[in-house]
Amino acid sequence: MQANTFSLEEIRKDFPVLDRRVRDDKKLVYLDNAATTQKPIQVINAITDYYKNHNSNIHRAVHALAEESTEAFEVTRDKVAKFLNIQNREEIIFVKGTTEAINLVAYAWGRDNVQKGDIIVTTEYEHHSNIVPWQLLRDETGAKLEYIDIDENGELKLEQLDEYLATGNVKLVAISHVSNVLGTITDIQKVIQKCKDAGAKTLVDGAQAVPHMKVDITNLGCDFYAFSAHKMLGPTGVGVLWAHKELLENMRPFQGGGDMIREVHKHETTWNDLPYKFEAGTPNVADVICFSAAIDYLTDIGMDTVRNHEIDLTKYALEKMSKVKGLTIYGPKDPQKASGVISFNFNDVHPHDVATIIDKNGVAIRSGHHCAQVLMEKLNVAATNRASFYIYTTKGEVDTLIDSLEQVAEVFKL
Amino acid sequence: MSGDPIYTEMIIEYSRNPSNFGKLENPQISRHDSNPLCGDSIDLYLNIEDKKISDVKFDGKGCAICMACSSVLTEMIKGKDLDEVKKFEKDELLAELGLEHLIKTSPVRIKCALLSLKALKYGIYSYFAEKMNDVESAGNLKDEAANLY
Repeated sequence: MQANTFSLEEIRKDFPVLDRRVRDDKKLVYLDNAATTQKPIQVINAITDYYKNHNSNIHRAVHALAEESTEAFEVTRDKVAKFLNIQNREEIIFVKGTTEAINLVAYAWGRDNVQKGDIIVTTEYEHHSNIVPWQLLRDETGAKLEYIDIDENGELKLEQLDEYLATGNVKLVAISHVSNVLGTITDIQKVIQKCKDAGAKTLVDGAQAVPHMKVDITNLGCDFYAFSAHKMLGPTGVGVLWAHKELLENMRPFQGGGDMIREVHKHETTWNDLPYKFEAGTPNVADVICFSAAIDYLTDIGMDTVRNHEIDLTKYALEKMSKVKGLTIYGPKDPQKASGVISFNFNDVHPHDVATIIDKNGVAIRSGHHCAQVLMEKLNVAATNRASFYIYTTKGEVDTLIDSLEQVAEVFKL
Repeated sequence: MSGDPIYTEMIIEYSRNPSNFGKLENPQISRHDSNPLCGDSIDLYLNIEDKKISDVKFDGKGCAICMACSSVLTEMIKGKDLDEVKKFEKDELLAELGLEHLIKTSPVRIKCALLSLKALKYGIYSYFAEKMNDVESAGNLKDEAANLY
């Protein structure tokens, strides 16, 4: 669609940090994009502009700055709606990240809708943020928490979902759109349809999906969707919870405070309209506003272009990495089935040693359990290395990663 | 990678062939500890006779730094008097492997290096408190363990 408008060289010019030299004057090779992405100058300028020229609290005062700030804040909401094909802007709640979004649902929806004997289903490849809130809710309500296992390709055994749903007791299926460790893309449409047929609600953790592929929330038909701005060129401290209006209207508030109220009296309070009912206190105004610039940036490139670039890179990386002796890759080997994330181990070298050695070369990867200890247990490893790509990643950087592994082999005499 | 000050021959050798690696049966002291951020996870086992560390072993999973430091620590304390062991400081351990610089250069990796020492201090603190009625030493050890890194 956006073919030929994509120039990697031009894009890289927009990211000042990519010019950094690190350690012993090595060129930075940033391959930790699943943790957080770098920010283009447009986003950096937006935040500076906001604090220089517009800074004000929002939704209350009538002065000029307050009006400008309020408008800019609400413009981001409209941009999120358009970006993800959301019909009702009031269904978009700004939170501080995916973690807060999921906790909001566990607290404000879960406590009133999940009871003893009910089942919450999640998966073995969830981030801790989509496991622990449900463990807390389970402990509070006496519900059961069940897991969909993964197979040897790192894909979900969806027949297990059928078994859970057949009990008739599943209240919620909380599931990643894309695994943060394996990159596996969940067959989310299928999961949602199965849940709908069985009368179970669905919460989709889209933290690793929205930044990397076109997501159409109306078309998906899930009940809750959560993601974070900082993994898609935006600032830290901003996330979005989307949910159906009817659900949000019937949920109790998450936090009490300013902005979420209509009237407060000594002994009773009425709630503000959506989305403000769930946005208590002064929100992260500056970062929500500069998130607009990130959405514009990705819209200009086009999400299909982003996705195609990552498929191309992942294909290249998998081909090269599969030739490296002693390298074990976890997750799908088909780039069409995964986002630009490759988890691997190198011989028996602990990932922290791998990451420390290649860091001397300026190569930044993540090593550890990636907030997915349930998955690490399943894979029977203490930790993995994870290289993750984004729109500014080049094949040359993938080469540097692979060349650096030779130094690991040298140090460990492999 | 010859210029790398962390991965010396000695550290690689210890990580490949750790000393005192394994379990003790029915140890008088056993202590588990882990680094939640990186996944190092070890168990330290100690036997004590006549106020001396008569035997020590460790097992678990960890990076090369964790394995090497745990190996060296167990070598250094084996057969030592408890009164000496309680005074054992992190600098001694790090110096043995040439890793003193980690304190400044790598606040993340220092945790790998000192995990077993933390387990040791926590392990013997309760022994001092319960078996030796030495409340002062126990208190000091507990504080040191808590503030090791």
